[in-house]
Amino acid sequence: MKKEAGLGSRAFDVIVYTIIVCLMAVTLYPLLYVLFASFSDAGQFVAHRGFLWRPVGLSLSAFDSVLRNPGILLGYRNTLFIVVAGVALNLIVTALGAYVLSRKNVLWNNVFMFMIVFTMFFQGGLVPLYLVVKGVGLLDSLWSTIIPFAVSTFNLIIMRTAFQGIPDSLEESAKIDGASHGTILTRIVLPLSMPVIAVMILYYAVDKWNGWFYASVFIRSRELFPLQLVLREILIANATDSMSAGAAAGDRFQLGETIKYATIVVATAPILCVYPFVQRFFVKGVMVGSLKG
Amino acid sequence: MANAQAALGSKRPAGGAVRRNRFARDFGVNKYLYLMMVPVIAYYVVFHYAPMYGALIAFKNYTPIKGILGSDWVGLENFSDFFHSYYFWRILKNTILISVYTLLFEFPAPILLALLLNEIRSKAFRRAAQTVTYMPYFISLVVVCGIITDFTNSDGVINHLFTLFGYDGQAMLQKPGLFRPIYVLSEIWQHVGWESIIYVAALMNVDQEQYEAARMDGASRLKQMFYITLPGIMPTIAIMLILRMGNLMNVGFEKIILLYNPGTYDTADVISSFVYRKGLLEFGWSYSSAVGLFNSVINLALLITANAVSRRVNNSSLW
Repeated sequence: MKKEAGLGSRAFDVIVYTIIVCLMAVTLYPLLYVLFASFSDAGQFVAHRGFLWRPVGLSLSAFDSVLRNPGILLGYRNTLFIVVAGVALNLIVTALGAYVLSRKNVLWNNVFMFMIVFTMFFQGGLVPLYLVVKGVGLLDSLWSTIIPFAVSTFNLIIMRTAFQGIPDSLEESAKIDGASHGTILTRIVLPLSMPVIAVMILYYAVDKWNGWFYASVFIRSRELFPLQLVLREILIANATDSMSAGAAAGDRFQLGETIKYATIVVATAPILCVYPFVQRFFVKGVMVGSLKG
Repeated sequence: MANAQAALGSKRPAGGAVRRNRFARDFGVNKYLYLMMVPVIAYYVVFHYAPMYGALIAFKNYTPIKGILGSDWVGLENFSDFFHSYYFWRILKNTILISVYTLLFEFPAPILLALLLNEIRSKAFRRAAQTVTYMPYFISLVVVCGIITDFTNSDGVINHLFTLFGYDGQAMLQKPGLFRPIYVLSEIWQHVGWESIIYVAALMNVDQEQYEAARMDGASRLKQMFYITLPGIMPTIAIMLILRMGNLMNVGFEKIILLYNPGTYDTADVISSFVYRKGLLEFGWSYSSAVGLFNSVINLALLITANAVSRRVNNSSLW
């Protein structure tokens, strides 16, 4: 039986598709603009006004300058360290907490849970956190963007929910065989929770890769700046001033308009290339999280 | 009297012993679990509860030399300074206005997008639309704000568009009147796709038979959208709305401090950005903590209220 598509339904389709296509165009255009600009010839690009539909005067010189710039390379290295070490620590501590909190018959778990959830609703504030980070001697170290953010409470709750969903019988039989908690966690619980672990890695990694604010507060030395801080100087905070201030650190970075865009491409491409492949995991993560709400 | 005390005295050790036994037995069974929990608890104590204790400096005149405990108490002086300052009404107004505008314009956008996505029959096209609209969520805030700065420049793309219609180009981020529209519109650009996920998920649970019945009755697709789809996701919308209400006074500072400048403080400066500026750039530790604490307490009160409302209206709550 063929479905009748009436005139009204057709018109409705046209409107829906038009709106969605417009939205896609508005979402994509700024990104395409950046991409086109980064491949443009600096002189021609500066002279150009208005929309850009393709690179003006194809040139790779902007990327050449960016990839030779010591500040950006250092930033890349620092960010990679923050992402790798940070996500590793995040996963270990979050998994430990989620495992303990998902056990039954642990007397103090309610207290722990209250203590942890309470921090979602009330925080000491920015200045007191700064004083603590200073007090434990983390200021001006890459660890200042890692250790004070070892656990995201939201992620901890998601992981705990996932661990609770694992059938008890599996762990019971392991226990009878004399398995320790460490064994149960690494041999049974974690392997059975791989989708959630994937979501956690992705959440934490994107967070670390894109983070800039706490680095800007806790880190003073230029050679420890993560990529996003270097980017902020180039893009927003009166780039030319800070760049010439950084010239003392051996920065011979001539700021051209196209270099700005090439930097964005270099800093954003890794995430945008990876994410379509892991999109379904992200969606899953939002779903697991929403079950709680 | 003595008898009563003796009676009480004889009872107390027994009760205490039972409790102690219970704790001891629990600790005996679960000691390795507690050991595993040590790093987690240590993290929360040091990086969440210590700052809460540190917030005491809001009631003190903190100087780094004297430390948190040693600094002199000033009572509510920092708070009253803030309430009587010229900035109080300005940042309160800005916080509420930016929040309300975001609620009015940004909150419905993902709902609308989910409704439209639901009407697309081509699976491939729908997936393409989702992939594209999620994309801005993964772009760092620094880059987003860099693009905003660039596009709103006096010779940027948006101004070019306006000149086509006969307007003069202007540096839009320098105009106090344009800050909030730029903020809210870019919020939509960043979040509309990502936030639609939860509604798309809710749409999957809408009863398909209802559409069948509606088609039999000859209801148009627009009518089906309004009378079946929208009511179907209403509970999700209600929960999201209540969560938003609880965060009404919670406007994040990261995007604000990347976009504002002294020329636009009048419309752009919110409580959190003020706390950041006073505390970390101007070193008014105690004053800044007082403002932050004021904001935290209001946030908590709003959230508790919103949760109570949710429990009554919706029968669902956060706790």
